[in-house]
Amino acid sequence: MDLPFKVEKRPPAPLWLRVTAPIISVVAALAVCSAFILYAGVNPLYGYYHLFAGALGSTLGLSETFVRFCPLLFCGVAVALAFTAKFWNIGAEGQLYAGGLAATFFGVSFIGAPSALIIPLMFVSGFLGGALWAAIPALLKTKLKVDDVVTTLMGNWIIWYFTSYLLTGPWKNPVTVWPESPAIAPTAEFPILVPGTRIHLGIPVALFCAFIYFLIYARSSWGYELKAIGANPKASNLMGINVTRGLVTVAILSGGIAGLAGVSELGGIHHHMKTDLSFGFGYTGIVIAMLGGLHPIGVTAAAFLMSVISTGSQVMYRVTGVPYPISQVIEGMTLVCLLLGVFFTEYRIRRTRD
Amino acid sequence: MMGTGGVVVEMKGIVKRFPGVVANDHVDLDLRSGEIHALLGENGAGKTTLMNVLYGLYRADEGIITVNGRQVTLGSPKDAIDLGIGMIHQHFALIPPMSVTENIMLVSKSEGILTNPKQVEEAVSELCERYSLRVDPKARIWQLSVGEQQRVEIAKALYVGANILILDEPTAVLTPQETDQLFNTLRQMKKEGKALVFISHKLDEVLAISDRITVLRKGKVVSTVDASQTGKIELAKMMVGRDVVFRLSKATVQKGAEALRLEGVSALDDRGLQALKNVSFSMFEGEVLGVAGVAGNGQRQLAQVLTGMRKPTAGRIFIKGRGITSFTPADLLELNFGYIPEDRIDSGAILDLSVNDNLILKVYPSLTKGLFLDRSAVAKYAEGLIREFDVVTPSGDSPAKTLSGGNIQRLILARELSLEPRIIVASQPTRGLDVGATEDIRRKLLAERERGSAILLISEDLEEIMSLSDRIAVLYEGRIMGIVPADRAKIEEIGLMMAGTSVKSDEEAG
Repeated sequence: MDLPFKVEKRPPAPLWLRVTAPIISVVAALAVCSAFILYAGVNPLYGYYHLFAGALGSTLGLSETFVRFCPLLFCGVAVALAFTAKFWNIGAEGQLYAGGLAATFFGVSFIGAPSALIIPLMFVSGFLGGALWAAIPALLKTKLKVDDVVTTLMGNWIIWYFTSYLLTGPWKNPVTVWPESPAIAPTAEFPILVPGTRIHLGIPVALFCAFIYFLIYARSSWGYELKAIGANPKASNLMGINVTRGLVTVAILSGGIAGLAGVSELGGIHHHMKTDLSFGFGYTGIVIAMLGGLHPIGVTAAAFLMSVISTGSQVMYRVTGVPYPISQVIEGMTLVCLLLGVFFTEYRIRRTRD
Repeated sequence: MMGTGGVVVEMKGIVKRFPGVVANDHVDLDLRSGEIHALLGENGAGKTTLMNVLYGLYRADEGIITVNGRQVTLGSPKDAIDLGIGMIHQHFALIPPMSVTENIMLVSKSEGILTNPKQVEEAVSELCERYSLRVDPKARIWQLSVGEQQRVEIAKALYVGANILILDEPTAVLTPQETDQLFNTLRQMKKEGKALVFISHKLDEVLAISDRITVLRKGKVVSTVDASQTGKIELAKMMVGRDVVFRLSKATVQKGAEALRLEGVSALDDRGLQALKNVSFSMFEGEVLGVAGVAGNGQRQLAQVLTGMRKPTAGRIFIKGRGITSFTPADLLELNFGYIPEDRIDSGAILDLSVNDNLILKVYPSLTKGLFLDRSAVAKYAEGLIREFDVVTPSGDSPAKTLSGGNIQRLILARELSLEPRIIVASQPTRGLDVGATEDIRRKLLAERERGSAILLISEDLEEIMSLSDRIAVLYEGRIMGIVPADRAKIEEIGLMMAGTSVKSDEEAG
């Protein structure tokens, strides 16, 4: 037990350190992950060059980064909003599918309806689908004290298998006979905002959601209530704040925003409901929320960083042969390094005498 | 008197700095075996900091610590425990869902991987018997009163073999009888040659129990004196640095209309046992109704019923003649109830929020512009309260958790009393606070009484009850044993009622 050093609390870190800690953490994560790239037989600098150049260095690469940014920002905001009130929403993934399913129903049924009608309808229904899927765990938590981590997590599997059932059964595409829904109406497909890319309507909507979250978090009295509930539900209740209503409302909004991620992937990219509508965006959303410190600006930055890593890793794979899953390793390592970084803004290690 | 033995701990030139403050400024202290050494001082005087250094929670910036003649480096509480140093903090380190025995097993180090709960339980029972610590080893922590939890902490320290035991404000949570019991335990430990540090600011108790007294003020040692060579007035002066008024003068206030009436209210506790039995009383405007009683006799449940945190199983509550069975905290906001909770850390404030954000918890809907909080209005509102209630904080934006206990309580009072409540429920309002803060808070409560508020003062501090109340109700096992006017109340009579003997009260008689 006699280690040559001790961990102890330090005086509050200066602001510059708290701001640069996440950046240092990302660099540290990349440094650690270079070991895996080396193991794959590639010079890490060469690999990382292609990762960043691939994601940011060309119009096509940058546009693809923004395409990935869309669902990640939706999910990051959704999770961060819920975590602010300590509603542990691990279910953004499932809420994304719930939103996608609801939007598919309208997108497929309303053939011939004008875009101005059908696209808003898809957004509204997708929001409600995700909201419903998150409201159930919130009600279980507030009324019956059922653990929200478990219910939101299990909800992901229930909705995914339900999607899988629909797409291989009643909603199966009669044309391709693949496990996917029929194509949504051509008028339901999102407009492309930058010709020659896949940048679609969902991206500004996601940024808008992040802005709304900023207003809630930094300015609104409701955001203040949410922080109070998150920090101490018991005292909040004593002060006359309606904790149950706060938690259910935050769940509805969080689930709804995650649902919009599903709508955007459906309307902007795939145009069919699929069982792989999401590449774990809901789970990456948790990483993003934590990485961004739940702060709207931090979450937006973190979502962009994750998009760069995700898009860039594909380029790195194509050019250098470093397997794509390395992006998930980098993702995970970034979170670990960040948590360590935060730790060192609060604690320090000191050598002990003798 | 028992002769005291050799020096077991010597702290020399201890300096501990925190950002912006020197909490301990070249402090010297020595402890002898078989003595009770009181550390006396106001909040923020550096008593707890000094003891946290000795317990390895803080590392001193300067200074030398010698334990049993050997210079030591204390990097963590584990180092301290290994040296036989134990500490009972104000906030207990117990795990609520676990039993007493399980909590004690957690810290036991002698056993291997497999511990035998039966054996530990027997050992704990034996220990409790020897030091007259009344605790059921099988009970779960959350079921215990604060006083009982403290006994568990003491048993825990003794179980791991503490020879030097630090008690941080131990009597702050106890009643006279429980305090006597604790003192018996302490005397027994002293007899066995243990060195005890007793942190307190209750002068009478310090004089009653300690052999030597070290007074700290603003991080420095004022003096170390023999308890037999000093007195209350001298100690208070050393502590505060000025003369102190012990008795507050109470203005005569015309008793007003009935503000609240309880009729036959019963309630259960968390274990599902009957905690309040058929409680009836009235509160009047301009009157302090003191509720005395030994800890765990239904005080907590009474406060919870009155603040909507617990539903009564029977009875009715009348406010302005309107009868209800229970209310929600939102109703209370509307009825303009002020609540100063017993548990200021958990229920009174939201420590992760800033001081400003804590001050506006009950009024923020009126400090908005549309959907948004009007930050400049918030800052202005909070600034006024911080000044009016002397809340000492670096700034309104500092997290509430950086404040001292006394200042957290001032913050809670500022939030509650600034709304000019019609009815105030104050639970242990000065528990654990220093002389200055206590005096301040009592004055503020009396000012509310003069303003015409109806105040229910639940306190385990009899002196506080006696000096503030107009009438005194005594709770015993969830029953009101009697209600007596304070000016005619005798402390022996109240003590008897607290112990369960029914005394015919004047009201019943007349």
